[in-house]
Amino acid sequence: MSFDNAYESLIDHEDTHWAFGTGFSEALAGVDREVPDVDRADLAAYCLMLGDDALILSHRLAEWCSRAPELEEDVALANIALDLLGQSRLLLTRAGEVEGEGRDEDALAFLRDERDFRNVHLAEIECGPFAGGDFATTNARLLVFSAWKIAQYSRLRSSADPVLAAVAAKGLKELAYHRDHAAQWVVRLGDGTDESHRRMRAGLERVWPFLDELFTPHPVELRLAGVAVDPAELRSEVDGVLDAVLSAAGLERPVDVPAARVNGLAGRDGVHTEAFGYLLAEMQHLHRSLPGAKW
Amino acid sequence: MDLEAQFERTVAAEQRVEPRDWMPDGYRRTLVRQIAQHAHSEIIGMQPEGNWISRAPSLRRKAILLAKVQDEAGHGLYLYAATETLGADRADLTEKLISGKQKYSSIFNYPTLSYADVGVIGWLVDGAAICNQVPLCRTSYGPYARAMIRICKEESFHQRQGYELLLTMMGGTDAQRAMVQESVNRWWWPSLMMFGPPDAESANTEQSMAWRIKRNTNDELRQKFVDMTVPQAEKLGVTLPDPALKWNEERGHHDFGQPDWDEFWQVVGGNGPTNAQRIAHRRKAHEDGEWVRAAAAAHAAKRRVQEDVA
Repeated sequence: MSFDNAYESLIDHEDTHWAFGTGFSEALAGVDREVPDVDRADLAAYCLMLGDDALILSHRLAEWCSRAPELEEDVALANIALDLLGQSRLLLTRAGEVEGEGRDEDALAFLRDERDFRNVHLAEIECGPFAGGDFATTNARLLVFSAWKIAQYSRLRSSADPVLAAVAAKGLKELAYHRDHAAQWVVRLGDGTDESHRRMRAGLERVWPFLDELFTPHPVELRLAGVAVDPAELRSEVDGVLDAVLSAAGLERPVDVPAARVNGLAGRDGVHTEAFGYLLAEMQHLHRSLPGAKW
Repeated sequence: MDLEAQFERTVAAEQRVEPRDWMPDGYRRTLVRQIAQHAHSEIIGMQPEGNWISRAPSLRRKAILLAKVQDEAGHGLYLYAATETLGADRADLTEKLISGKQKYSSIFNYPTLSYADVGVIGWLVDGAAICNQVPLCRTSYGPYARAMIRICKEESFHQRQGYELLLTMMGGTDAQRAMVQESVNRWWWPSLMMFGPPDAESANTEQSMAWRIKRNTNDELRQKFVDMTVPQAEKLGVTLPDPALKWNEERGHHDFGQPDWDEFWQVVGGNGPTNAQRIAHRRKAHEDGEWVRAAAAAHAAKRRVQEDVA
């Protein structure tokens, strides 16, 4: 590249100069996109569940950008948010493709209403930097989420849906880094000072009620045998990871008291927490304000 | 040969000064001030663009913007590391930033009011920054020059994405085209101010030129920026809000009007639209993170004790 004319490459449209990339179609280049012989509505709904988990947690993590305790953490949390955003784009695109009604990733992210989002509550609750938590809570959530996703994606690698299998295989490498990053902070904060220990314990207590939902199967997941993962199978693996990290951190495992459901329903059913409407209002506002706009 | 003469010779011969070389105190101070100011600018610059991450209008734009703001944090890190090779300390520089003792680029004291601002910041603000920074890839202090090579490559990519966003928006709806023009109108003059006051009024230029810390004068760089930007504006289909702007055949350059230098000095002096907000935001992040940094240090210290015992 020439340093003499900063504008010379302006019109050239390739995507290779970003540290983490912005495109995604290449990420699954060569992957078979055939839809397996299952109920299409169920498969599309399942892709939305996984895609929404990643999209919404990505949004929450990005809220830290310019607010982290160290610049290194601004970089790391943005990096994790970008990984999850990348996963969500692949999954939402697959959902739209399976559904077959012409909805792309943006139609699904920006034009669905609250009741049509299928993410678990753990992804959407506020865990800092704003009200509802702090850096310890954020890492408690990230540890639980990534340990759970790793258990889910490692089984999903053998899904009968070739796209889900490919997304899972790619995502696992990213999630392993996310889990390690969170685990290191849980240990540091659990061990560090009296204040950090107290905050870390409070952070765990904040997120623990949302664990149960992660292992509660939704009928869609159960109907998609061979394609989807039954979340009830993941519990012992995730518990093992969490117990190991908590023990290294000198922290006690909080008592399991699952968050109460509303009429027996939760995130997978499209029933969310009060905070979620605000998140969507912010995320979707601009896209909805300018119908027909090109971005 | 005495140390000062050797230093002068190194600089005059366009060779690099390295951290362990002798250097005059004034050179060291000037560099720390300039690099720290640049690092602070990257960090404060995360805020105006970060303002739109949660509302980015497509997932691709959200990924681009998040990656860009993340890069700015990374640039801040390289630059603080460069100041550390001169004996400065990041915590101390951060303290100077949030107490207002050190400055950052005044451009970030303007608010981002529409998504077009994300594109215009990429195109004009990053473009102006690149004009300022490209010569610094040849600056006399080695670690700074090397950091700037990497930063300029990334900035040039940022600029390109900003321009690409604007091209896309100009190909969209009337409301989007109006949004782009309105944004250009607001950012044009502050972008010209990024090159600093006219040469006749610039306090730091002369010595910095002699030490090869700075390579071009403010007015030279401003002219270069205007000349490069005018054809880009035409291609984009926007007008630049300067009635005096026109090609001067004789000079081979564009003539253009002067920014409102009173406004410039007001903003530099702390009275821009968002000076107080930017510093308060940075201060809050820093202070809210204090317990985390203390915990990390305490944990590391305990680990060291354990290792020593083992």
